[in-house]
Amino acid sequence: MALASIPLSWYLIVAAALFCIGLYGVLARRNAINILMGIELMLNAVNINLVAFWRYGSPNVLTGQVFAIFVITLAAAEAAIGLALIIAIYRSRDTVIVEDIDMMKW
Amino acid sequence: MLPIIFIIASLVTLIAALRVVTGRNVFHNALFLVLSFVGVAVLYILLEAEFLAVIQILVYVGAIAILIIFAVMLSRRLMEKGESQRNAQGWISAVVVAVLFLLLAFMLAQVRWPTSLAAVPANSISQLGQSFMGPYVLPFEVASVVLLVALVGSIIIARER
Repeated sequence: MALASIPLSWYLIVAAALFCIGLYGVLARRNAINILMGIELMLNAVNINLVAFWRYGSPNVLTGQVFAIFVITLAAAEAAIGLALIIAIYRSRDTVIVEDIDMMKW
Repeated sequence: MLPIIFIIASLVTLIAALRVVTGRNVFHNALFLVLSFVGVAVLYILLEAEFLAVIQILVYVGAIAILIIFAVMLSRRLMEKGESQRNAQGWISAVVVAVLFLLLAFMLAQVRWPTSLAAVPANSISQLGQSFMGPYVLPFEVASVVLLVALVGSIIIARER
């Protein structure tokens, strides 16, 4: 694939945009599952960054892809535990709106 | 040709992501999240990381998005329409996020990135496997333990009492 036709900064800007969209999702949403989806978007943005730097930096050493695979693995583990927590909270509080889960608030 | 594919894939990814973080229906947001993940997989293919693109579809779309849809279904309330999904700091976080993106984009467009013209090795998947069993065997084993802990932990947390 012609590497010169797409400059590296384009990938990085797309990744930055995706990261900022995910960040808005984490900061500004009320449903816990919406927040978790924002977290997954941020992790995807980080992965795009890693793979872009791998391809344009040192494509003969596969460290960038290895790092991205570890990020995917940990994102899966974190999503599983986060969703288990959300289900458990829903069972006991009957809500997933994070503003209403304020038992520990003083 | 390739820049056009890149622009289409990025636009699909970003517009789907915007729809995820601004939608009102949680289930629809999860479906647009799937679209966003597929867009990211297309970007991986453009970056010549085909194995990673397939792993992205398998793990993110096939496991994580399905898990999110399960959780949406298991935490449904009877009357969910009508309430806004934006919390008290909605507007200020939009401003902060926009400023952050402008800062990042401005900086990223200005840096003269050093680019290597080396080619991707033809046996990249074999090299990936060897690096998991070679230099990165310790993080690999730790990741296996993390997955085991996450598996057992999520079963215990979400168990019926």
